[in-house]
Amino acid sequence: MESTAIGLWGIPLAILAGAIRVSTPFIFVSLGETITERSGRINLGLEGTLVFGAMTAYAIAVVTGSPWLGVAGAMAAGASFGLIHGFICRWPKVNDIAIGIAMMQFGLGLAFFLGKPYIQPAAPHLPSIPFGFWSGLPQIQAALDINVLFLIGAALTFALRWVLANTRIGLTLRVVGDSTDAARAMGIDPHRVRLVATAVGGAFAAVGGAYLSLYYPGAWNEGISSGQGLMAVALVIFARWNPVGCFLAALLFGGAGALGPALQSVGVTSGYYLFYAAPYALTLVIMIATSSPNRPVPGMPGALSLTK
Amino acid sequence: MTIGIDNLSEAAVPAAGSWAGHLAEWTARRLEPVVIGLGAILIGLVLFSLFILALGKSPLLLFQLMYTGGFASWFSIQNSLSRAAPLLLTALCVALPARLGLVVIGGEGALALGGVAAAAAALPLAHLLPPVPTLAGIALAAMLAGGIWIGCVGALRHYRGVNETISSLLMSYIAIAVMNQLIEGPLRDPASLNKPSTLPLPADYLIGPLPGMDVHWGFAIGIATCVLSYLLIETTTWGFAARVAGGNTRAAEVQGLPVGRLIVGFTALAGACAGLAGMIEVAAVQGSANGSLIAGYGYTGILVAFLARHNPLAIIPVAILIGGIDASGGLIQRRMGLPDATVLVLQGTLFVVILACETLYGRFKPFNPDLWKRDL
Repeated sequence: MESTAIGLWGIPLAILAGAIRVSTPFIFVSLGETITERSGRINLGLEGTLVFGAMTAYAIAVVTGSPWLGVAGAMAAGASFGLIHGFICRWPKVNDIAIGIAMMQFGLGLAFFLGKPYIQPAAPHLPSIPFGFWSGLPQIQAALDINVLFLIGAALTFALRWVLANTRIGLTLRVVGDSTDAARAMGIDPHRVRLVATAVGGAFAAVGGAYLSLYYPGAWNEGISSGQGLMAVALVIFARWNPVGCFLAALLFGGAGALGPALQSVGVTSGYYLFYAAPYALTLVIMIATSSPNRPVPGMPGALSLTK
Repeated sequence: MTIGIDNLSEAAVPAAGSWAGHLAEWTARRLEPVVIGLGAILIGLVLFSLFILALGKSPLLLFQLMYTGGFASWFSIQNSLSRAAPLLLTALCVALPARLGLVVIGGEGALALGGVAAAAAALPLAHLLPPVPTLAGIALAAMLAGGIWIGCVGALRHYRGVNETISSLLMSYIAIAVMNQLIEGPLRDPASLNKPSTLPLPADYLIGPLPGMDVHWGFAIGIATCVLSYLLIETTTWGFAARVAGGNTRAAEVQGLPVGRLIVGFTALAGACAGLAGMIEVAAVQGSANGSLIAGYGYTGILVAFLARHNPLAIIPVAILIGGIDASGGLIQRRMGLPDATVLVLQGTLFVVILACETLYGRFKPFNPDLWKRDL
């Protein structure tokens, strides 16, 4: 830790680098959950999907030697989880929030079960692009060494915003999310749209998991996720179901998550566990600030039932 | 539970006798969750068996080991009961708010805080009081900690409209961080080097085993709490008001029911149950508060509560069953070479299938009480 070279500037730099590093899974999970929730359904099981995606990606990368094949495999696995969730939730009397909790436990259990043999072997990592090549300072080089999935996530954010606002697919999704009856009147099958939206959401979440196991922290173990899948659901509410909002909120969360390690790297060690709780506390504060007991959150899809 | 439903065909409808009609109506109403629940468990077991078969292992051997490890001998039964003790209480942490239509899943955090509060209260109290009042005192401390924590979730839900499922889980992560901070910092026993712990309780202040058994008193406390919760829900006006408020909040408010106080009260009670589970883990199993408190009891409790359909009496057999399945994990790992997560896969499968089978309610004619209500 040569933070003495740039002194206390190491803290904001480390937080920036950490924000980019830590936010990437949030970006993918929250974009996926945005797609699902825009269709009028909530999937709380993304935590399980994320961990299962992390395991699948790591296992495939170990076996084939290609991290990108791992990401593709994780997407397929995540889409299957989404399909199961979407398929069950179309039945009457089934509570999508409860199914989400069950799918979370199922996904975690299955990932731990199938992932046991892959805790030891090392998988190839996803690549990163060294944007900090111009600087002689190792801290700046490390901070600007940006992973490719972050850039893809940023591109997807704006692509999704454009699709939602300007295309027929986006319109269909928004109509289904705002009113099941209106969708039926337009000749759209709301069940099918929600099924596809949940599957796509699952695939996105699994990419977030693949990032965890194949880039940062970059290994598969049973404690790989610390609730990113669930925090992303809260983050989507904060972001008002807007992809660009999700991206910015993810960066904010990433920064909060990087606070503890950044302070530790310059020698502040007391209260380490409390800094570790910062992203959760921040999520909670944001949820309290953005919710209201009487009116629905502005921008919320009409068919979504967050507080039944 | 072995009443054959096939016998309840139209031909068997009792004639005219109103008591028999009432009995049939009552049976139909009560039988529906039992039959659908057992059917769902069967479907889940079949799916799980297919999964095990696909791995080239014998599901029959696995179920046999599950029985051997969980229930075959007095030793394994005692082990299962000990494991069921915290599940009884963490399941109540889900089942009580469920009466109001709330899905609270933060029991793990309330358990952790309860454990730390118990350990923190134990040291000053143990100097002043004999064991039994001390245990009562630390139980109170644990229940207060857990109750305030989950009560906040209910308050946020009612007064701010914050989704209780997400907030309770976030609060759970925060609680675990607070616990880690306390046992690594101010409450740490300097003698605990590798595994940070609080100062251990004096040996004669620990909760002992039940007479004649190797199961600690926590199990009896859990059973008693389940029975009390059942009485609260089914026989008191508060329980009735909670059910009305859970069915339709607007209607309950129009009726003048104190919905806010009910929500905060029930969530606080739920948290108190989880906190008590933490106190029992500290005073009966661990001897001090440490990282071992985070053993997933809070999450397994969610499964138990949903399996029991949030009925506190049904929680008792379900918790013992799940405790037994948990207890058999080690045996399955040793004898079949399967990972210890096998039981998690089974539990997850059962969880999903049982919730999916909620869709079957009201679809089977023999269970419709109106069929039996006809003027016979």
